[in-house]
Amino acid sequence: MATIDVHHHIETHEHDDHGHEHHHGNFWTNYIFSEDHKVIAKQFLLTGMAWALIGGVLSVLFRLQLGFPEANLSWLKPILGGWLTADGKIDPDFYLALVTMHGTIMVFFVLTAGLSGTFSNFLIPLQIGARDMASGFMNMLSYWFFFLSSVIMFVSLFLSTGPAAGGWVIYPPLSALPQAIPGSGLGMTLWLVSMALFIVSSLLGSINYITTVINLRTVGMSFTKLPLTIWAFFLTAVIGILSFPVLFAAALLLIFDRSFGTSFYLSDIYINGVALPNQGGSPILFQHLFWFLGHPEVYIVLLPALGITSEIIATNSRKPIFGYKAMVGSMLGIAILSFVVWAHHMFVTGMNPFLGSVFTLLTLIIAVPSAVKIFNYVTTLWKGNIRFTPAMLFSIGLVSFFLTGGITGLFLGNSAVDIQLHDTYFVVAHFHLVMGSASFFGMMAGVYHWFPKMFGRMMDEKLGYLHFWLTFIGVYLVFFPMHYIGIAGFPRRYYSWTAFETFSGFADLNMLVSIAAILTLAAQFVFLFNFIYHIFRGKPAPANPWNATTLEWTTPRLPGHGNWPGEIPTVYRWPYDYSKPGSKEDFIPQHIPFSETPESNLPHENDQIKLDLGGAGVGGDKH
Amino acid sequence: MNEAVDFKIVEAPAKPISMNPKKFGMWLFIASVMMLFMSLTSAYIVRQAEGNWLYFELPTLFLISCGVIIASSVSMQLGFWAAKKDQFSKIKTYVAITTVLGFTFLVLQYLGWKDMVSNSVYLVGNPSGSFIYILTGLHGLHIVSAIVYLLIVLNSASKLKISSSNMTQMEMCTTYWHFLGLLWLYLFVFLTLLR
Repeated sequence: MATIDVHHHIETHEHDDHGHEHHHGNFWTNYIFSEDHKVIAKQFLLTGMAWALIGGVLSVLFRLQLGFPEANLSWLKPILGGWLTADGKIDPDFYLALVTMHGTIMVFFVLTAGLSGTFSNFLIPLQIGARDMASGFMNMLSYWFFFLSSVIMFVSLFLSTGPAAGGWVIYPPLSALPQAIPGSGLGMTLWLVSMALFIVSSLLGSINYITTVINLRTVGMSFTKLPLTIWAFFLTAVIGILSFPVLFAAALLLIFDRSFGTSFYLSDIYINGVALPNQGGSPILFQHLFWFLGHPEVYIVLLPALGITSEIIATNSRKPIFGYKAMVGSMLGIAILSFVVWAHHMFVTGMNPFLGSVFTLLTLIIAVPSAVKIFNYVTTLWKGNIRFTPAMLFSIGLVSFFLTGGITGLFLGNSAVDIQLHDTYFVVAHFHLVMGSASFFGMMAGVYHWFPKMFGRMMDEKLGYLHFWLTFIGVYLVFFPMHYIGIAGFPRRYYSWTAFETFSGFADLNMLVSIAAILTLAAQFVFLFNFIYHIFRGKPAPANPWNATTLEWTTPRLPGHGNWPGEIPTVYRWPYDYSKPGSKEDFIPQHIPFSETPESNLPHENDQIKLDLGGAGVGGDKH
Repeated sequence: MNEAVDFKIVEAPAKPISMNPKKFGMWLFIASVMMLFMSLTSAYIVRQAEGNWLYFELPTLFLISCGVIIASSVSMQLGFWAAKKDQFSKIKTYVAITTVLGFTFLVLQYLGWKDMVSNSVYLVGNPSGSFIYILTGLHGLHIVSAIVYLLIVLNSASKLKISSSNMTQMEMCTTYWHFLGLLWLYLFVFLTLLR
């Protein structure tokens, strides 16, 4: 034992020197080009929040057009300038660009980079008991590639021809031909460049997350003792590594079609009566490649949110998560299934109906693991000593959206029903609830829950409640009516419906949706104030404000570089020992050995305690 | 239970199995490169099934480049074994040979492209030709990255930084090089069979 202790001391000292060095680093190495996972996580969070704000404002702009088609928006002239027509309406080309950029920004920049980037970076080393990521340098590169990609996407918003406008799915030939719409010019080129950099960033991040989770766990942290957050981030990264290269391939061929004259996606096209030289391409090929990423991407967005929610619901119900192994299994199931359902986005592309029914079957199977997860969330809440912290409310909100949005997935996943519902507002309602709002709520829950660890201060609960209720009600008011508009057949991405007699009956509903959207966006400023003000003025956080069991709460209030000033704690138990019968406290952290909690141990846990009797025989403990 | 508390108690949680994170990261990188080529070759299959497909012979030079890439893998492996036995001068020789063979491979690929051009198969035209330029070009770019890596290894070999006790860099480079060799063999077989 003695030798081991000495060894640990040496390690600690070495580490301290290391930490020392970093504290004396200058502003640039500490806060800008930092290799510390906590700083990088905050960089991702702040960039993601900036993007969320931009994406939200864009959505309100096009909701103004949809809700108030007759309104004169010339008061927006100072911001939108030439994008308003002479009679004060949003230019139709710009409307398409708004929709496209809203989708791109929200899916990739906010809910992929902002969510995974923030919480994978922040929580993986802290919860598995590691000093930092496997490669701090790669981690830093990952952020800066994302930053560069962000800058390019942001610049494209200010082009005179506008940003990309072919929808976030950028289907060719629309996106491939600059002659087609103004947005397919330079805007599309910048979109592709930006996304290529984004893919590099995402791959660098994912490689790091997986490597860290597998190789850098602390002593005792077996896979069955991992918090569900880490399982979720781990599987998300695996999906990312397997699917983002496919988007890269799709984008690469599109770049060649756009800039070098190849015909991967183009064939038999006439523009203004003139035939293009491109022969032999297939636009459906792009859809296959795109959705092979596109569908797993949905789970890249959702799984981290589900992981965060598992953790928060268990902590704030003061109960072990119900069905830990079922939770891991269902996430694994979702991850695997996500790769074999992509064609359900393409039911109406002239696909073989038999193939359609195969993809229907595979798609509907996803309902099983999803239902398992919802069941487990509800059973975890069942008879718990629930504490309604803002994080808990947002987590419960996620479960609600995941359910209401998931149920409509059963309709859309059916190749026959999809003929009616395809590309209508029903689809918009479905994915905004199940993936958009659910993931956004997961992200918010994560921010409220780990804010004390990130900034060492507490956020205001009352403002958190206000933010939650406004957003929760707002989201349902925005997306619930869309189901009806969609079932009536109103197609998404249309600039205006007032010319069609059939749809003019939905003017009031659309107005309601738009007002709710504006209110929901306004509610986010409550959060922004709460967030920014309490970074500086919040009351200092206690070491373990939520009485949680995971390792990050064993670090100092503001962990330095290396996370633990001394030795990394050893893990003895799973992360969900809440309200264990017999225990004095209603939680037992992961680093507490079973030998210290004899009153609450289960028989198989007692078996793990070995008695060190020195020279004495086994009989010695009986006296 | 209370009896047990009187004694010194030891719980020995197991240390999780782990490997060198850098090597592990290299395997993950290889997985993502594989997905890139898998998606392109499946795109090739999907596109070919739709008809309107131009048939032409693959340049025979591609067969020769298969030989070169296999030879380079052999020399890389010999270099790896030399490093394990601390034969410092041999490491340099074999890595240098691998680098030269890598360059030769790139030249052969380029000549193969010229062959295709003289056969009137261009990048711009029927996708059956474009796909070959993209696949070989993208593979070539990865070879370029591996050659840069070989030069880094060569540099550390000449500074005697590679030895049986310090194999990480050598091992990663060898893995990457073998992978790219196998990748080319896969592409060649694929393109030969699916004309």
